[in-house]
Amino acid sequence: MLHIVNKSPLSSSTLESCMNTAVGGDILLIEDAVYAATAGNAFESKLRAAMGRFKVYALQPDLEARGMGDKLMDGVTAVDHGGFVDLAASNKNCQSWL
Amino acid sequence: MSDVKKFMFVNRKAPYGTIYALESLEVVLITAAFDQDVSLAFLDDGVYQLKKGQQTKGIEIKNFSPTYRALEDYDINKLYVEKEALEARGLSAEDLIVDVSVVSRAEMGKLMDEQDVVLSF
Repeated sequence: MLHIVNKSPLSSSTLESCMNTAVGGDILLIEDAVYAATAGNAFESKLRAAMGRFKVYALQPDLEARGMGDKLMDGVTAVDHGGFVDLAASNKNCQSWL
Repeated sequence: MSDVKKFMFVNRKAPYGTIYALESLEVVLITAAFDQDVSLAFLDDGVYQLKKGQQTKGIEIKNFSPTYRALEDYDINKLYVEKEALEARGLSAEDLIVDVSVVSRAEMGKLMDEQDVVLSF
């Protein structure tokens, strides 16, 4: 399953709930959730710990908009809008964690 | 004629994900026309508003971050950024688009306490 998260990890528990609940699959970070995948942020270690169970992606246009295009942490794959569509198509279903 | 009051705008939201950051900036610019003592505080995710290098073409939203650099033209020079918030986000003052005063959370609390009016975004 593709899990889509759009909230900052430092102001919302959404990403943490997603990682604690979902059994595995792909996580795509979009909008303010891309801050979770930036080097040196306080949530970085929690995201890294979840990488064994999840493949983590971040939407590049949202990183760039926030001035974080060059701050993506290791192990997270940047995707463009086309890559977003590919993830939605390659997973059998998806869940948006609002 | 009129008393000058101390106004503080408290910014705690990241830009673009919600409209708060842009709306705050709009109200700050309006307030500047009234010759009040204006300061801006950036804490929690609000510090992300000042991150250098924002490129919003890919999300088709106006990049309003250059406007923070224009604030000094409106005699708004008091920008306070919470040190702890920067550190929790892997950022430092060098990552920011404008010169700011980096203050501790405790100092920020004192600054807030000195205000006549606090507007929260």
